[in-house]
Amino acid sequence: MIRLFDRWSMDPKLVVAIGGLTVFGIAMIYSAGFVYVPNAVTEGAWLRQLQWFALALLAFSVIARVPMRWIEWVAVPSYVVSVVLLAITLVIGTGRGTAAGVRSWIDLGPIGFQPSEIAKLATILVVARLLSQRETPLSSLKDLTAPAALVGLPLALVMLQPDLGTGMAFVGILFAMLYWAGAPMALLALVASPVLGLFLSYDTTVWSIYIVSIGLFLYLYRFRLYLYESVALVLANFASASIARPLWNSLQGYQRNRILVFLDPEVDPRGAGYQVIQSKVAVGSGGLTGQGFLEGPQKLYDFLPEQHTDFIFSVVGEELGFIGTALAITTFAFILWRLVQLAERSSDPFAGLVLLGIFGAWLVHVFVNVGMTVGLVPITGIPLPFVSYGGTFLFMSWVAVAIAVRVAHEP
Amino acid sequence: MSIHLPHERQRRAVGAYIVLAAMMGALVFSFFRIQVLRSNQWELRANANRIRQLPIPTPRGVIYDRNGRILADNVPGYQITLLPQSSDSARATLDQMSQYVDLSPNRVNRILETMTRYGREVVVDADADFEVYSVLEERRAEFPGIHVEMRPRRRYLAGEAAAHVLGYVGEVTAEELESPSFADERYEQGMIVGKTGIEAEYEGVLQGRQGLRYVEFDARGRIVGDFAGFELDEGEGGQDLQLNLDMELQEWIHSIFPDTMSGAVVALDPADGSVLALYSAPTYDPNAFVGGIEQALFDSLSADAGDPFFNRAVLGLYAPASTWKLAAAAIALDLGVVTPDEYMEVPCTGTYRFGNRVWRCHDAGGHGHNNLAEAIGNSCDVYFYQLGERVGLDNMLRRATDIGFSRSCGIDLPQEEEGIFPADRTWWSENPNPVLRYDPREGEVLNLAIGQGPNNQTPLKIAQFYVALAGDGSAPAPAIARAADLMEGWSLNLAQEHLASLREGLRMVTSPGGTAHYGTALEHWEVLGKTGTGQNPLSLQGLAEDDAWFAGMAGPWGGDPEIVVAVIVEHGASGSSMAAPIMSKTADFYLRRKYGIPTDTVQTYTDHVRAGRRMPWYTERYPPRRLPPPPLRVDPFPSEATIEGPAISLGLPR
Repeated sequence: MIRLFDRWSMDPKLVVAIGGLTVFGIAMIYSAGFVYVPNAVTEGAWLRQLQWFALALLAFSVIARVPMRWIEWVAVPSYVVSVVLLAITLVIGTGRGTAAGVRSWIDLGPIGFQPSEIAKLATILVVARLLSQRETPLSSLKDLTAPAALVGLPLALVMLQPDLGTGMAFVGILFAMLYWAGAPMALLALVASPVLGLFLSYDTTVWSIYIVSIGLFLYLYRFRLYLYESVALVLANFASASIARPLWNSLQGYQRNRILVFLDPEVDPRGAGYQVIQSKVAVGSGGLTGQGFLEGPQKLYDFLPEQHTDFIFSVVGEELGFIGTALAITTFAFILWRLVQLAERSSDPFAGLVLLGIFGAWLVHVFVNVGMTVGLVPITGIPLPFVSYGGTFLFMSWVAVAIAVRVAHEP
Repeated sequence: MSIHLPHERQRRAVGAYIVLAAMMGALVFSFFRIQVLRSNQWELRANANRIRQLPIPTPRGVIYDRNGRILADNVPGYQITLLPQSSDSARATLDQMSQYVDLSPNRVNRILETMTRYGREVVVDADADFEVYSVLEERRAEFPGIHVEMRPRRRYLAGEAAAHVLGYVGEVTAEELESPSFADERYEQGMIVGKTGIEAEYEGVLQGRQGLRYVEFDARGRIVGDFAGFELDEGEGGQDLQLNLDMELQEWIHSIFPDTMSGAVVALDPADGSVLALYSAPTYDPNAFVGGIEQALFDSLSADAGDPFFNRAVLGLYAPASTWKLAAAAIALDLGVVTPDEYMEVPCTGTYRFGNRVWRCHDAGGHGHNNLAEAIGNSCDVYFYQLGERVGLDNMLRRATDIGFSRSCGIDLPQEEEGIFPADRTWWSENPNPVLRYDPREGEVLNLAIGQGPNNQTPLKIAQFYVALAGDGSAPAPAIARAADLMEGWSLNLAQEHLASLREGLRMVTSPGGTAHYGTALEHWEVLGKTGTGQNPLSLQGLAEDDAWFAGMAGPWGGDPEIVVAVIVEHGASGSSMAAPIMSKTADFYLRRKYGIPTDTVQTYTDHVRAGRRMPWYTERYPPRRLPPPPLRVDPFPSEATIEGPAISLGLPR
């Protein structure tokens, strides 16, 4: 029995940090359910999270014993299964709680799970396998199409649910892994440029400066790109900029709202500003030392939206103050730093790529979730790893931890 | 591959650390700013205090008439808002409040439903009196969670006179908020929006953008003050709107229209089709609707047999009767089947035989030989039976439909009825109504030629048609707002000399000896027009009088017409004595003001006789020897006799 759980010793610092964060999360979920007018869902959430944590530890102990080669072998089948599951979810999927309008759950009677969480890890594995088997460096756009397609398929299925937050995590995975695989920074910037241009085109001056710098960039890196690729990129930028405004302008106000709601149904455009304000009041009221655990007034009145999942960090801010938030962010920073460090030390390209994929996903989750509670980024329905309530996500995150400590074990 | 090399991995790792440090640093800094540097700004004044968002109402745009007079503006009013709270305490507060505010149990339930559904503040009364405001302010302690504030209140300065055209405003309903026309982000529960008329048509212009403020209130529901962490959003008022309407003309029409009668008056500027006045009687006071009409008043208005909410000018469909003879004549002239100077072969003896039927003229004494102008002047049915016969049924249906008698005018109002006119014979042969479903015979055209049969038009449509007659044969779409963007108008495509001969016919109606002379003769202006006596379902059964029409134009002597007016008075019996004076008095008032001549209530010849006022201008204009003096003693106001309808009555919907 002792030996069953001894795998934490493979990388004690990482496992202790994450384990502490999970316990901290369960405590915060308990606090989030501790309100003046309790309701059945949030009240018992901490207990269910605790049960999932036990299950996750079990999975951790098992998977941490599996050699990396076996994990590499399971990449393709797990990817295929998770894509099939995502497709099934679109047909038989259900929503849960406040996200009742989306199809992201597969309900199996007493227990349900989110296939998109499984798909994230499976995609990381399959892309890592593909990129680690390359002999030549990634130097042209053409080289990026295969990994982009592998990420694009589950990404598209997730966006159809629709789940913007998970979709953003997939984008983080793709860029982090391409970066680690050696794709030139310039190339990555160029791939991202049409999307960036779509948003920058709201201002003609900004966009003009932007397109000139793209042109300059292409000229300086002309030896890296084929001519047709440069031309295609510029054209793509022009296309995205020229459709952006007419596209948006041609929409009625209610259609714009519908698109915003389509991208993320949990965001009500009329209420979004209100949520940020309430969250900022909670965080601001926390001050340096916080109102005290279980004592946050905003939380007690249930003024914070989704306070046991998406806005749990507002509760942290209100009850534990800047000391609590800074400590939590630092812990996340340590975990993410450790992932990169392990990847750097590992001579196994597959292992390094997997760790960077996990890094990319978690970085997006942490930055967007924490950032939105203080209005740094727009509100998006995206959970905070290890802290937010959510069984599948906690479980799969611990599976990822198991892979990470395995890498530490066989460098 | 490069990541096989340790130094390359190291280089990549450094890049990742930099990105990581930047993002985590940004997060820590953001929290430091809110929690440490600006903590007092975000902190609430007391732990039990909460913040709520409250909309700041903004004024609707002011509506001006063509001369810059204000038709609708805003005055300070008071709005009572219920802040979100538990359903029980909200109910208690509302019960307590019902002593002072008119709150039915139904309304209380609706308010509570809205509050629980949206979880935010609900407007209890968008337009409270000052007394209610002072009571609530005085006893604030008794009303926790109630917020009373100033909000602009709509005021209609023209009142009843322009009720139908301007419409009114009211609180937006839940159903409206779901509809696409209110899907704009600006719209929220509790807002005041245009419900009918111009207020609804130009809602998007007149409505501004509500402001927003965050207020902090204490545990007892009292507002402590604005919340410092949020910058106040003042909102924007709506844009002003200038109309082509002439407010004083509109009021003038309201004052001269017979009190007990129903009907409509439409005045258009023939130069550009702009709407000078659009009046419907009976009417109501739109100010009663502002902030929610009282149920009892609404019920009594709705139950009114005269249907005061019904805008007869654009929604009322009436048989156009003799006013439509001009359309028949225009079609015949354009087809070349009659010429202006030609006399019909059969003189009018009071009857006309066609098929196996005898068709009667309204004047049993007959009109003798008539050319076109004389036939219009006498409104001779026998002439027009023959004209219709020459045009033929198929031609008549096709041409009248082409002109636009089965379309709407495209005026800038939310609702307008289309005219009813058959496009071809299938209107009868495939009519859904079995009474009307038969194979039409050629004889139908005789009926149509005198403006009867399946032909129903709105007063606005008739006015638009007379705009075409007044000018070069084309008629722009009537526009109420100054900058209205409307559909294209239509054209009669008629030769100018034909138009002139039609106007010659109209002149005979109002000249000495014409049916409408005494009611339309004015000191300063020349009036041209046509009377009409339209059958309606009641008059066909002999239960009421026919509808009285007059449509015409007026302007300075020898000049172009500068105003076109169509008047209908339901059950008014006589176009010449009932409708014609309303038209000429409307035109006279408008033109006098336009040319700077003082206005006067004594306007027409008839007015002068009644007022016992001498009128040297009349003998000057119409030298007495040209005609025998009018038989003043017997009947100073000769009226056009009622047309006896065709021998068979179809019971058409008119």
